[in-house]
Amino acid sequence: MQKWKKWLALAATMLVALALSGCGQNAASRDALAHAKQTDTLVWGVKADTRLFGLMNIKTGKIEGFDIDMAKALTKQVLGKKGKAQLVQVTSDTRVPMLKGGNVDAVIATMTITPEREKVLDFTDSYFNAGQSLLVAKGSKIKSVKDLTADTKVIGVQGSNSVDNIKKAAPQTTVLQLSDYAQAFTALKSHQGDALTTDNGILYGMSQQDSNYVVVGGMFTKEPYGIALNKGQTALQQALNKALKTLRANGTYEKLVNKWFGDIPGFDIKEVE
Amino acid sequence: MQNFIDAYSAINLRYLFEGLWITTEVSVVSIFFSFIIGTLMGVARYVNIKYFSAIIGFIIDLIRNLPLLLILFFTYFALPNIGVRLAVIPASIVAMTVFESAMLAEIIRSGINAVPVGQMEAARSNGLTYVQAMTVVILPQAFKAMIPALVSQFISLVKDTSLATIILLPELTYHAQIIYGQDVNYTIPMFVALAVLYFVFNYALSLISRVIDRRMSRTRA
Amino acid sequence: MFTILFDHASELFSGLGYTLGASLIALIGSLVLGTLFALMEIGQHKWVRVIGRAYVEVVRNIPLLVITMGFYVIVPMFIVQVDGFTAGTIGLTIYTSAFIAETIRSGIQSVSSGQMEGARSVGLTYYQAMFHIIFPQAIKIVIPPLGNQFINLVKNSSILAFVAGFDLMYQGKIIANSTFNTFDTYLAVGLLYLIVTMPLSYLMRFLEKKWKTA
Repeated sequence: MQKWKKWLALAATMLVALALSGCGQNAASRDALAHAKQTDTLVWGVKADTRLFGLMNIKTGKIEGFDIDMAKALTKQVLGKKGKAQLVQVTSDTRVPMLKGGNVDAVIATMTITPEREKVLDFTDSYFNAGQSLLVAKGSKIKSVKDLTADTKVIGVQGSNSVDNIKKAAPQTTVLQLSDYAQAFTALKSHQGDALTTDNGILYGMSQQDSNYVVVGGMFTKEPYGIALNKGQTALQQALNKALKTLRANGTYEKLVNKWFGDIPGFDIKEVE
Repeated sequence: MQNFIDAYSAINLRYLFEGLWITTEVSVVSIFFSFIIGTLMGVARYVNIKYFSAIIGFIIDLIRNLPLLLILFFTYFALPNIGVRLAVIPASIVAMTVFESAMLAEIIRSGINAVPVGQMEAARSNGLTYVQAMTVVILPQAFKAMIPALVSQFISLVKDTSLATIILLPELTYHAQIIYGQDVNYTIPMFVALAVLYFVFNYALSLISRVIDRRMSRTRA
Repeated sequence: MFTILFDHASELFSGLGYTLGASLIALIGSLVLGTLFALMEIGQHKWVRVIGRAYVEVVRNIPLLVITMGFYVIVPMFIVQVDGFTAGTIGLTIYTSAFIAETIRSGIQSVSSGQMEGARSVGLTYYQAMFHIIFPQAIKIVIPPLGNQFINLVKNSSILAFVAGFDLMYQGKIIANSTFNTFDTYLAVGLLYLIVTMPLSYLMRFLEKKWKTA
């Protein structure tokens, strides 16, 4: 019995040691830029469920969109020709914890710069000016935010600031929060809500995918998108701001905006830049 | 009908099977580790070492009584706060292993309990040490009796991997969601595919267990 | 953790209410459905047995998430409007009913038919035998597994978070997103789940032990 206990104690100690060895230094607090230069890789959190910005292409298994192209171009600016952009999928729901935990270095995922978020994160300058709007089925009686009454349900996405905005703009309406945009759009198609609310760019992507749904009500908020970084990553923040300026100056930025948003009816690309 | 033909295009099917592969990978690795850890914890709880067994028992009860979803969240989003940072596949495996180990530990403990006490006494009186008696006499008998319970727990594990869609593990359910998220006409075909694939996978598992069970009871007879 | 628990007490407890509500409704529903399919499984006609068996095997081998999402997404497209809470509760009911059917089937089969005959032969009427002999045994056999199913239901009802079902997990996710305090939020949510499930699971273990030795 004695031997047995010793053996068991040994096994337990090894398990604990194994568990503890996983706890290295806190990855979130290291200098992300220095680490990226060391590995020639910048780890980006991107959307995979948002047409035009970041959408999984089932054919190639790769994510495509404006945010993705921006991430790749910015990486080349910051790290040089050898620099690689590693893409990790996030949703509105998961992007903040992943950034805080150091799972990703930067998030470029239709993320609005807001005062609340700036308390816990750092943002670069804005790279895209969106505004919140509504997506409804063609022929819906909802034409604007004013039509959202107590009898209507609005679908939003967890972790997006559009759910907070809609609660202010239409306090009587019920807000249903789904976990990502694919689920939210599916819920709208399943008549779980009367309208889906988020930023116009994302909504135009949905209506491009399924023309039975249209964007209505104009923009009722201003949503400047920024690249989000963990608090205190000043070196990376400065490098990305410099890279953004360069991309705007050398025409790359305009080319990418035109590539993704140039031929979308009802979308004014002058407003976003 | 046309929807089904379009939905099951070679491209979509390949994408679905990529998801099934991740499901398989995460399941198999988690089953492997949770079987080992579960057995250790089950035995530790059974042998009744002062304090140690009680602590292990409490940890098992704690984990068993929490939703797996919460454990997944915790592993992926909360652990980085204390410095443990895992990519999505390892995070899923860790969460599944932690949860299923606790479930298996209980199955294994009650399996050992079901082996008559006389077996241990007989083995010891024949000159085997406690460890020898446990590994050679008690555990093999316990496992034999436990096969149905173990396999139904493994099936649960395979089904539970679908919950990892919440942390964007690119497994079968998540891939199906991506496909029908991009074309509403594929919704029903994708749910049919999900039901069929999970059913075939798990039913095959339970058939295997029945075959093993039958063969073992034959050797016993 | 405690600041989260106090600042967001109303959301968390309303979430806990939805969690318990869904679990209770699903427990009752799956008890009815499970008994029905258990009786079918041991029925007289072959095709009734086949249907009962097929239902149990199919439901047991498909993830709860797939069943629930099916109700949330597909049913409203073609048949009738069901909201997230309803879809989640139906999903839970169907999923759990397969496991309850198994429990009840093996429970019925383990009470030997000799019990009833024996009781009748010492002069009890059918109903007296049922109430004094069969029922007390059946309850002792069935209560602990049903209690464990209820614990499973409380845990599994976190599936409602996928379909905006206002349950504890859903509220937890929303609080985590608004406070950015992921760690403490999920600790608080975990604590609330444990407050419900831990005492129940110890109670079930106690009953199991007590009735087994009795």
